[in-house]
Amino acid sequence: MDFVSILSIFVMACFVGYYVVWSVTPALHTPLMAVTNAISSVIIVGALVASAEAIGATAKYLGLLAVVLASINIFGGFAVTERMLAMYKKKERK
Amino acid sequence: MHEVAAVPPFVALAYLIAGVLFILALRGLSSPASSRTGNRFGMAGMAIAIGTTLYTHDIANLPEIIGAIAIGGIIGFVTARKIAMTDMPQLVAAFHSLVGLAAVLVGAAAYLTPAAFGIVDAAGQIHNASRIELGLGVAIGAITFSGSVIAFLKLNGNMSGKPIMLPGRHVINLGTLAAILGLIAWFYAMVAPTIDAPWLFWTVIALSFIIGFLLIIPIGGADMPVVVSMLNSYSGWAAAAMGFTLGNSAMIITGALVGSSGAILSYIMCKAMNRSFISVIAGGFGADAGPAGAGGPVVDRPYKRGSAEDAAFLMKQAESVIIVPGYGMAVSQAQHALREMGDLLKKEGISVKYAIHPVAGRMPGHMNVLLAEANVPYDDVFELEDINGEFGQADVAFVIGANDVTNPAAKTDKSSPIYGMPILDVANAKSVLFVKRSMGGAGYAGVDNEVFYMNNTMMLLADAKKMVEEIVKGLAH
Repeated sequence: MDFVSILSIFVMACFVGYYVVWSVTPALHTPLMAVTNAISSVIIVGALVASAEAIGATAKYLGLLAVVLASINIFGGFAVTERMLAMYKKKERK
Repeated sequence: MHEVAAVPPFVALAYLIAGVLFILALRGLSSPASSRTGNRFGMAGMAIAIGTTLYTHDIANLPEIIGAIAIGGIIGFVTARKIAMTDMPQLVAAFHSLVGLAAVLVGAAAYLTPAAFGIVDAAGQIHNASRIELGLGVAIGAITFSGSVIAFLKLNGNMSGKPIMLPGRHVINLGTLAAILGLIAWFYAMVAPTIDAPWLFWTVIALSFIIGFLLIIPIGGADMPVVVSMLNSYSGWAAAAMGFTLGNSAMIITGALVGSSGAILSYIMCKAMNRSFISVIAGGFGADAGPAGAGGPVVDRPYKRGSAEDAAFLMKQAESVIIVPGYGMAVSQAQHALREMGDLLKKEGISVKYAIHPVAGRMPGHMNVLLAEANVPYDDVFELEDINGEFGQADVAFVIGANDVTNPAAKTDKSSPIYGMPILDVANAKSVLFVKRSMGGAGYAGVDNEVFYMNNTMMLLADAKKMVEEIVKGLAH
């Protein structure tokens, strides 16, 4: 992709992010941080490329280590978000 | 040419779908009812992103990669299951540090083998544009990493919450930042950076680690909600910068989402403390009073002290009680006992509501999670603007482990460090019950609270959990 189309995606995503995040209820701000943490680990894509295609051994191991770190975040982030969200309950109506 | 350079359309489409699923994950959080579906969308997006990457690259070492994912996955999953809800701020800080470090590692790997990332030109050097993206990516990643480590140590109590003030720190910090930006600019302009100045890239990383450390040490415990949100934002920008390097839309969309999310949360937190972002970053707030309130003000003003029985009696007579929880509730893990107290009061036909200040606790929404953990229904929990008018009609305001967020000095005393901060008007309630460990150590801001000495205030001096348990006993008979 050329730079301008990448930049357009980025700028548009910033606007989408702005509006979506303002609509998040303050009661869920902690799960919001946990889940943003998990999704920012999409950086694992870069780590996978590094560990799969790296020509040098150093780069491969840097990549594999990054895969481990990002996986901790992905699994940990989604699991802890799930755990928190499961606790939010509505009042039982009598 | 490498395949990364010529992406087949279905691959680009798959990453785009992943990005959209991440947007839906955040969208789901607009209400607790839709939030779990949202989280599933997030997981699906991540699976698509990982699957697509594995599918489109020639992978010679699949077992190693699966192994790495399994190791990380197990560590992450077990940690997420075991962590106590009161420790969420530390966990989030720790997770941020991992994203930061992963960004640095990916950046370093891309620098070492740019061909694998499809970012080399004909002369075998990294594209000039990619150099800026890589430089910024590793710099932000490194700052996120070392900053989050310090935030973690402060939140986890391994390091004092007190600000550490180096002499001339503003000059040092600005100098280091300028050096990092200068080096990245030079990296961009050079003909062949990997040959002419191989040290340059690594120096950017090293300086960024240092600046992340320096930026967070002067920031006090009370400002941690802002710091954690800010680091959240940085981890997003780091991912976005790497997304530019790889030309990957899923990474760019996610980076932008996370970056804006953290920035908005920082803004909300700063506004709730009536402080500018710059003054938080400059640090030093709460320099005079730590969590222990070392050398707190000598109390010579008269105040009324009550017992758990007094408190139970007072609340039984009430028609409506508003509970104001703060960080002290989290520290003493009093949320379960508190919910029990609330249930007993409700059984007596008393209206019980919870009022949450945006900066109560050590991260945005911290109190809401703790109350949810203790099975308090979320429709009993109200934000500051929604409930503040109700204190005037409330019989009892029950303040537990909160202090600065109730201090009327924020409205009346222009010289107060917390002047202008929106507060919960507990003083308007007919009576105030104030659970506090001792009269010393007046909150993080180190300001005395007028509410302690009011005629209709009863101080309940004890550990929050013990006090609430005693009150529960008092209510039970």
